[in-house]
Amino acid sequence: MAETLQFFFSGLTVGAVYALVALGFTLIYNASDVINFAQGEFVMLGGMTTVFLALAGVPVPLAALAAVAVTVAVGLALHRFAIEPARGASAVALIMITIGASIFLRGAAQVVFDKRFHSLPHPFGTEPIPVGGAAILPQSLVVLAGAVVIVVLLWQFIDRTLLGKAVIATAANRLAARLVGIDTRRIVGLSFAVSAAIGAIAGILVTPITLTSYDVGSLLALKGFAAAMLGGIGSAVGAVLGGLLLGMLEAFSAGYISSKYKDAVAFLVILAVLLAMPQGLLGRGKVERV
Amino acid sequence: MNTLKRTAAAAAIGFAALIAGGDHASAQVKIGAVLSVTGPASFLGDPEKKTLEMYVEEINRKGGVNGQKLQLVVYDDGGDANNARTFATRLVEEDKIAAMIGGTTTGSTLAMIPVFEEAQIPFISLAGAIQIVEPVRKWVFKTPHTDKMACEKIFADLKRRDLTRIALISGTEAFSKSMRDQCVAVAPKAGITILHEESYGPRDSDMTPQLTNIRNKAGVQAVVNPGFGQGPAIVTRNYRQLGIALPLYQSHGVASKQFIELAGPAAEGVRLPAAALLVADKLADNDPQKPVVVNYSRAYLNKTGQTVSTFGGHAYDGLMILVGAMERAKGADKAKVRDEIERTKGYVGTGGIVNMSQADHMGLDLSAFRMLEIKNGDWTLVPDSSS
Repeated sequence: MAETLQFFFSGLTVGAVYALVALGFTLIYNASDVINFAQGEFVMLGGMTTVFLALAGVPVPLAALAAVAVTVAVGLALHRFAIEPARGASAVALIMITIGASIFLRGAAQVVFDKRFHSLPHPFGTEPIPVGGAAILPQSLVVLAGAVVIVVLLWQFIDRTLLGKAVIATAANRLAARLVGIDTRRIVGLSFAVSAAIGAIAGILVTPITLTSYDVGSLLALKGFAAAMLGGIGSAVGAVLGGLLLGMLEAFSAGYISSKYKDAVAFLVILAVLLAMPQGLLGRGKVERV
Repeated sequence: MNTLKRTAAAAAIGFAALIAGGDHASAQVKIGAVLSVTGPASFLGDPEKKTLEMYVEEINRKGGVNGQKLQLVVYDDGGDANNARTFATRLVEEDKIAAMIGGTTTGSTLAMIPVFEEAQIPFISLAGAIQIVEPVRKWVFKTPHTDKMACEKIFADLKRRDLTRIALISGTEAFSKSMRDQCVAVAPKAGITILHEESYGPRDSDMTPQLTNIRNKAGVQAVVNPGFGQGPAIVTRNYRQLGIALPLYQSHGVASKQFIELAGPAAEGVRLPAAALLVADKLADNDPQKPVVVNYSRAYLNKTGQTVSTFGGHAYDGLMILVGAMERAKGADKAKVRDEIERTKGYVGTGGIVNMSQADHMGLDLSAFRMLEIKNGDWTLVPDSSS
């Protein structure tokens, strides 16, 4: 029983990390149909900038705020200088641009930061919380709470504000959105800024658990993307659900089947789910625009 | 003033020689190096490159080897063995090098071996795996200790503490896999029984399920973690999170201050084998390696502002063994230099005391490794005789 609980906690920890990363994909996808493969680099930038500012003597909370600001600036620059000039291009071309941007950001981070692994202090200590013979770190709960807060804020933003409605409108039909007076360029730019902020926050929160380095983004993005697809891309709740599910799958297959095949098991399940439900668990069915 | 003029004149001559260098390659000895300066193995390749550049500069400042200046030609393979092979061919055909140092990773080294074997150029690798020098290849040498030695060192320490039944948890990337295989292979001879095995991916962020299974396995007396990168730090943290009280052994793959920083207080009591370089300031004054490792650590710190890693030390040893061989061969003749590298005896380097022979192209024994224990966030030496 204790071990089942421990596997569950492990799944929760890893799943919360994936969920936070997966959340970053949703907004840009919603606004522009683009899957931003530089999302992992936003995560990396958030973590690395905080680490390096903290090393330079800036208090961690302040460093974290600055890191979010820096990442948002990078997100805006990515939109302004790479996505915006190619606005006529298809979503696939734009996705390729984001892949290029991700490689560029990773390279730049090697030069600006360094090539080592770094960590951040746990704000609530490293003393594990014992529950029924199993143990969970406080930071896992922090990450989980972060994911929940972001989901609630995103939902409030999309459903309750005019700006949020404008994002939905832009996603539904860009021309129509423009006709009713929405500045779609600004909306897509906004979605990049907010996604960058989500990525940066994710990076800062998960760094005490996963550690960080210049190339942490690629694998986190892959897992986060898988989680987003599993949950239904574009749905914030789906992203969290997908992330947690992926984490659980990995933890339980590592615990009960074999640690060698845990990734294989996890991806097999994802494949099976996507075969049965191509939209993901909570994805909205794609309405063909005529 | 006078010296300044002379320096200027020398510089001018040097410059002229450099420009004319294409035609008069014999005025300089070209040493090739293919290193993984960028990419996943960059934290190995980067200090290697800095070390080689630093010491080639110093050797040239002191007049070179046998009166000839060294010219270092470095290519960055980015951790990709295919690139390494291409660069190796370029070094042979275009740069026409006299000797070769490098191959940061085992993959790159194995890819380049056929090129240098065919061209008959002495090749000193900086990569870990034992396959590089076993079976012995005529032109290939290496400076780093092997995974097998690390396993033997760990097992010897376990044996001394009378802990013979262990569990292994290892990463799935090349380094960990290779070391895991070596550990499994030498365990029976060392009198160690491996009761249980687990693995984790190179970017996994939580290993508590694997460690829970190890904890629940009856009879396990110690845990060994062949690993590399950030994985072992997470294993160590999770180990304490689960409150496992068994002794934990890490490998030389994480023997750097960074591991202690990443694992934090969880690293207390962890033991691992490492090169003397890591504990330069803690070695006894009569330790033969002390002067070498202290000098190299200081020089590297002054030049780069970074603390040393054993990887840069491997490059230092490679260069010094090569230079020693060239001095004894009184020239850069490839066959003679190769013979002299093979005759290297009693070279005291950062990685240990090197005694090469026809049958041993690495020349290190178990004394090259020191068993360390992490106490109060720092390394302490575990004496060889006590438990």
